[in-house]
Amino acid sequence: MSSPSKALPAWIDVGVIPLINILLAFFVSGIVILIIGEDPIEAVKIIIYGAFGNDYNIGYTLHYTTNFIFTGLAVAVAFHASLFNIGGEGQAYIGGLGVGLLCLALDQYVPFWIILPLAIATSGLFGAAWAYIPAYLQAYRGSHIVITTIMFNFIAFSLMNYILVNVLIEPGQMSPESRDFLASAQMPTMQEAVGWFGIEIQKSPLNLSILLALFSCLFVWLFIWHTRWGYAIRMFGFNENAANYSGINTRRLVVGTMCLSGVLAGFVGINEIMGNHNRVMLDFVAGAGFTGIAVALMGRNHPVGIIIASLLFGTLYQGGAELSFEIPTIQGEMVKAIQGLVILFCGALAYMARPTIERLFTAIVVNNGARKEQTNG
Amino acid sequence: MDDFLLLLLSTLDSTLRVSAPLVLCAMAGIFSERSGIIDISLEGKLLGSAFAAAAVAAVSGSAFVGLGAAIITSILMALLHGFACITHRGNQVVSGLAINILASGLTVTLGGAWFHKGGQTPTLSGDARFSPITLPGADFLSEIPILGSIYVELISGHNLLVYIAFLAVPVTWWVLYKTRFGLRLRAVGENPQAVDTAGISVTFLRYRSVIIAGILCGIAGAYLSTGQNAAFGKEMSAGQGYIALAAMIFGKWKPVPGLLACMLFGFLDAMAVRLQGVAIPGIGEIPVQFMQALPYVLTVILLAGFIGKAIAPKAIGRPYVKER
Repeated sequence: MSSPSKALPAWIDVGVIPLINILLAFFVSGIVILIIGEDPIEAVKIIIYGAFGNDYNIGYTLHYTTNFIFTGLAVAVAFHASLFNIGGEGQAYIGGLGVGLLCLALDQYVPFWIILPLAIATSGLFGAAWAYIPAYLQAYRGSHIVITTIMFNFIAFSLMNYILVNVLIEPGQMSPESRDFLASAQMPTMQEAVGWFGIEIQKSPLNLSILLALFSCLFVWLFIWHTRWGYAIRMFGFNENAANYSGINTRRLVVGTMCLSGVLAGFVGINEIMGNHNRVMLDFVAGAGFTGIAVALMGRNHPVGIIIASLLFGTLYQGGAELSFEIPTIQGEMVKAIQGLVILFCGALAYMARPTIERLFTAIVVNNGARKEQTNG
Repeated sequence: MDDFLLLLLSTLDSTLRVSAPLVLCAMAGIFSERSGIIDISLEGKLLGSAFAAAAVAAVSGSAFVGLGAAIITSILMALLHGFACITHRGNQVVSGLAINILASGLTVTLGGAWFHKGGQTPTLSGDARFSPITLPGADFLSEIPILGSIYVELISGHNLLVYIAFLAVPVTWWVLYKTRFGLRLRAVGENPQAVDTAGISVTFLRYRSVIIAGILCGIAGAYLSTGQNAAFGKEMSAGQGYIALAAMIFGKWKPVPGLLACMLFGFLDAMAVRLQGVAIPGIGEIPVQFMQALPYVLTVILLAGFIGKAIAPKAIGRPYVKER
């Protein structure tokens, strides 16, 4: 990303410009909806109602949000070291495989409170392992992380396909899915969890993984901004040579950062496999890894921004599903198009509006300054 | 022996069919990346132009009008990439990814709204498709043993776009290495400052490169939906743009090695279909997923420097900022 040329006040850089970019993305999305002959305002209403209309819909929205927080954090951590991890999709997929294998192995023997920490560790470990190879190759063999992580996504798809079709498939079943986990390997749903406090809500895929997501946000915030390692990561991202000369082992830093990124992506497995499907199946990540890129770009790689952006994309995913149900002309894929536009405007064209804003800002400030001088003089 | 020859020829024949779009996209990638612009949007351009070709061919009834629409669509997407990466100096990977996701969303959205088939386009027939061309003399030459069958089975009987695809390789080679434009294009990918100092516009050169990439991807897209298949289907590019990207890297950003890499990956794909359920003596049955993953694995191994060294153009991925 090109760096800003002149200093504007922080609230413009962090607040106004991203907002303009998001609005541009939504504006173009609105035009697409107009082109296919539907009413964008109506669509927005349906999306918002579909995402927040009742506790069931909110449950879905927050379930998607949980995924996007994990993958968004994964992309953001790597971004801080100026590494572009496109492999979140594959890392999440393999993370889910790890969770699945653990649950299938242990659910008959041990209770939930033993499985849970092991599952969290396994999902992270598997995700990290899938990020480790591209990271190692980048750090020690000089191959480009973007290309290798793309390749590793495809390798993960083939691997999962093979394992599900040939190994994990439930005997006598046609669809490539493992057997269902027993209750000891199922993450409590939010319905059960709030039920302990006597509150009743409808059952939705929302589960306690969202707490892990929020905890991860806190962890990333502390880690990146309040530890030496985080400082090293940001320094490396800002200036590789400076980091090198200050005595940081940059190779280990690259590998470590990518592994942390993989851990975070792998946690998607907890939310989807342990929390939602309760079995290993194909394609459960469903593009969350790529959405994470949009989330990180929009959230400007900060946990707070990522929570907001994840919520927005959760809303779009859940609301978009309702939208295609209410207005059949609008396909569910519309959400994907919006996601593409957000990545375009918040990522690739992030600084398009900047010169204009800069001119406007200087014009206003200079004019005000001039006026003040006049009144003073 | 004859059976074996026929089997070999039909495998090679499907290799050509499968690798044709890869070859076009790989050449597109070479033009873009040799000028210094990372192009992971090959996939998106392929998908977008496949949709445009099928949609326009279905409405107009002409495959050629469809091809034109595909090329225009793909050029527009390339220009968007250029606008973000060249004019606004945005991150090239992010821009490419945005275009891929946008294409995957928009094609289904527009297709679903226009044709009411859940994102598919109507099935094409007759003039709305590129049909196989029997090369002159095929009947006559089929009498000759071996050479005759090679000519009839392998070389003749493809559609126009396959021939264009394989013609694109020598043309790319010629443009890159034998023309002034090609020299400047390669220079701008290695050292844009030098090109700028010589009084040549880096911006204009790079824009021309991405436009050429757009044209080539457009032809590939039209091949997918109006040549190889008879309609556009959701996600029909199925990662082929990425395979082409892998092939381009595998071919070290050079046209002829790129072609060979595409043929290798195409051959693996053709073999995967044929080997399904067949046990090879001594090895056993090779899982089809292994064959599918092989192009990516090979590219990773190559990139890791274990098979020669793939060195990218020096200025790749870095936006050019003119000094003042």
